[in-house]
Amino acid sequence: MLHTTIGNIGHLSLIVSFVTSLLATYGYYKSIKITDLQEVESWKKFARYAFYTHGLVIVGVIACLFTIIYNQYFEYHYAWTHSSKQLPVYYIISCFWEGQEGSFLLWIFWNVILGVILIKTNKTWEAPLMVVFASVQAFLCSMIIGVVIPWVNIKIGSSPFLLMREVMPDIPIFASNPDFVAEDGRGLNPLLQNYWMVIHPPTLFLGFATTLIPFAYALAGLWTKQYKEWIRPALPWALVSALILGVGIIMGGYWAYETLNFGGYWNWDPVENASFVPWLTLVAAIHCMIIYKNNETALRTSYILVIVTFVLVLYSTFLNRSGILGDASVHSFTDLGLSGQLLLYLFFFLIAAVALLIYRWKNIPTDDKEVSTYSREFWVFMGATTLCLSAFQIIAVTSLPVYNTIVQNLGFVSKLAPPADAATYYSKFQLWFGVGIAIFSGVGQTFWWKKVKQETLSKYLLTPALIALVATALIVLLSVKTNIAEIYNNFFYILLLFACVFSVVTNGSILGNIIRGNYKLSGGAVTHIGIAMMLIGILYSSGYTKVVSMNMTGFGMRGEDFTKNGNKENKENLMLLLGQSQQMKDYMLTYKGKRLEIRGVKGYFNRKDFDIIENDFHAVALKDIENEGKKIASVGDTVITQSENTYYEIEFRDPAGKVFSLYPRWQNNAKMGTAVSPDLVRAMRSDIYTYVSYDPITAAGGEKEWGKTQMETMAVGDTIFLNDFVAILENVARITDLKDTKLTEADAAVQAQIKVIGKDFKTYELNPIFAIKGAEIATPVIENDETGIRIRFTNIDPKTGKFTFAVNTSQPDMIVLKALEKPLINVLWLGTLVLIIGFTMAIFRRYREFKLMRDKGLA
Amino acid sequence: MKKTHIFGLIIIAIMVAILVSTGTEAGTYSDFSVAEKMEKDGDADAIHVIGKLKKDASGQILGMQYDPVIDANHLEFLLIDEKGREQKVVYNQPKPQDMEHAEQLVIIGKMEGQVFKCQQVITKCPSKYQDGKVDLQGADKAPKTI
Repeated sequence: MLHTTIGNIGHLSLIVSFVTSLLATYGYYKSIKITDLQEVESWKKFARYAFYTHGLVIVGVIACLFTIIYNQYFEYHYAWTHSSKQLPVYYIISCFWEGQEGSFLLWIFWNVILGVILIKTNKTWEAPLMVVFASVQAFLCSMIIGVVIPWVNIKIGSSPFLLMREVMPDIPIFASNPDFVAEDGRGLNPLLQNYWMVIHPPTLFLGFATTLIPFAYALAGLWTKQYKEWIRPALPWALVSALILGVGIIMGGYWAYETLNFGGYWNWDPVENASFVPWLTLVAAIHCMIIYKNNETALRTSYILVIVTFVLVLYSTFLNRSGILGDASVHSFTDLGLSGQLLLYLFFFLIAAVALLIYRWKNIPTDDKEVSTYSREFWVFMGATTLCLSAFQIIAVTSLPVYNTIVQNLGFVSKLAPPADAATYYSKFQLWFGVGIAIFSGVGQTFWWKKVKQETLSKYLLTPALIALVATALIVLLSVKTNIAEIYNNFFYILLLFACVFSVVTNGSILGNIIRGNYKLSGGAVTHIGIAMMLIGILYSSGYTKVVSMNMTGFGMRGEDFTKNGNKENKENLMLLLGQSQQMKDYMLTYKGKRLEIRGVKGYFNRKDFDIIENDFHAVALKDIENEGKKIASVGDTVITQSENTYYEIEFRDPAGKVFSLYPRWQNNAKMGTAVSPDLVRAMRSDIYTYVSYDPITAAGGEKEWGKTQMETMAVGDTIFLNDFVAILENVARITDLKDTKLTEADAAVQAQIKVIGKDFKTYELNPIFAIKGAEIATPVIENDETGIRIRFTNIDPKTGKFTFAVNTSQPDMIVLKALEKPLINVLWLGTLVLIIGFTMAIFRRYREFKLMRDKGLA
Repeated sequence: MKKTHIFGLIIIAIMVAILVSTGTEAGTYSDFSVAEKMEKDGDADAIHVIGKLKKDASGQILGMQYDPVIDANHLEFLLIDEKGREQKVVYNQPKPQDMEHAEQLVIIGKMEGQVFKCQQVITKCPSKYQDGKVDLQGADKAPKTI
């Protein structure tokens, strides 16, 4: 039986939600256009209820889709694509927004919540605000409505409630059995099965959703000719938006740092950039809105920046979801053929906002007074400008695939590729913007809080600059002395460091002054200190990332390459043979073998102790499994595991003798190929970031490739070479006990002792057995992973006293490891926390101001 | 001219500079012949080359060498660019995972004498779940298609 009812309810609800959003738009629009007070109220009421209905229906849609995913109704394409039986509940929530449709729903949901809050908290702004809100909802709902307009045959939106047989009608099974239901789904991309991925997308989408609020206020202000009044209610929301969007972006970065192996938290990926750029312009907008309160010059700029921010969010949506980025990004969703609709959405609001702005431009109050360089507005404005330029540079480069598409659509050829080394390319510009932001944040804040005149300039600015200069020199010295970073060799880095220290000094001194007065006003100073700390963390951790897995052994290097290019030939990866120790920086490393995780149990377990069931999420224990003295499973027990994940246990022994293990991971990701994840040694001073850059056996599909069988005939004491190891047949002795079979008096068994000597004279023992039981001969295969030798005792020649062994060799079990040291990366995370605190303080302050005015009836 | 105008002009100048630099410094997708010409002209810029690994009739990869025991930081392979030219490529890093399965490779680097030295290899893997080729578990007894 197919569960078609729930899908039909869901789809119907979607259509209702679209219609109600249109009704709400119309109702609110009407309430502004007419003048009769009573009618205004009744239209407003109508529109309000239309929006509430819209909200309720959206909750219904979400409940339907979640039911389908949660109960794993694999007759639905969405459930089949994004869910599977193995997923625990908390990841089923992530399945919901893995696809385009679900993430649109998430966004729509946030808009509903925000819309309701705005209705409840506003008195006069409700109608114009909600016209913008409800029309945005109509556009978003249209993306997932999934209806075909019959007479023009145009499909609008892509519904999440499509059945498998509707999406893929050509699959033969549906011809013979239309009610066929797949047994299991493809599941959530295993890379996203991470706790950060449960909270990062909702945070980011809430960030995107909140950018609509200042935009809606700005349009409402232009429309109802309240050119100045919108600032006060919009400002706390702009701060909320910047906080949430910022936190969402950082969460994504932190996830990338822990899970992806591009070596850091930021990859300049187009999708990352496209979410960061609106944040920059939003922060610039906030600064202009704050300036405006003292100087009207910034009012027009505030309008422009608030509009630009929202349009950039739409642009990022377009980049992310239209498929235009193609292979330029790892994040982009699969193309659902929505490009046209997304462009319409983008251009509708772009044109509407710009047209309204131009129409009202002359009426927006402005201050024609010359701005003095001694005014605080000037310096804050400089900071905002720097933020905008930084945003401009990022978006200009990120849009390269868009230029190619436009030029090609015009019939020309354009083959621009993203910069080969993105980090270096972007940093070249962003370094300067970073310097600017840090300096202006210090100077701006000083001018803001202190009466700076020509005569007091040295007191307020020169003194902190000198302190910063001395502090910078000390930090440079300390960095070099403690071996954290050789920062003296790069003037630009020292400049950035100085700028950041200057920002900390000035903002710190302001913070000290304010706290003595009214600590509630200190949000700005705290936020700026957070930013400066983040910049310092970025400077050290990225600018002075050090490869610590340098191959200094001389082993595993080609003779000719060793000294080539002034000895600079790449030696950044270290080969580790199973069980053999290797020195890396301060640590002695030993690769201990491949591990797996058991769901619900802490720790990692030897893969060899389990029989992993292929294409399934179960494994059977081959022996009793214990962890820290607690029994986890007995022989034959089935445990839940993710067979696609292979963890490599790498033991670290530090000079003090402390031993711990890291577990970097390889994931055989069905959606993306092999995905590599690092593991980290965390310390205040620096993180050591380690990942397995190559594993020949897993790369070859997990099966070892054995060479041709060689027959070796030896007498006791003979020596042969096997796989670059020396093997000595030390003894052959009779044994009375076989592991699995009982031997009787009439049976006989002998065991050979073969000593294998490897690098550093480490020895391994191979003990093949030759057994006669009744009329049968048993010669079990012995395999040794460390040496890559497989051996079988095949014959005993009583005449010559010689023994024959069948031997195969393969590559020994090994991994290639890369490890990076990231100094002071924790300053970045710490700075983020400071930033969050600062923003939160500012939000409370600005909201209190809005509430006071509103309750006085002024807003 | 007012100060604000000068300020505006400076901003516009910076923006233009950024755009120009984006245009000139962006990489281009190109081929080995161009890379060779660039080396002759002394142009040290890295370029993107799109190509396929050389394979024999049965799909075996030819000319690829990587042995971590000998050198974990040395990979050699033969790439055929979009114009059909075959070129030996050296990559001083471990072999990228899934390289053998890649439909197409994008390599970024430059010619150095007889070999193309690349700094980056981007693999474009065919998704296991392409449209129309669907692995429906339990759909029938036929072997699973990927």
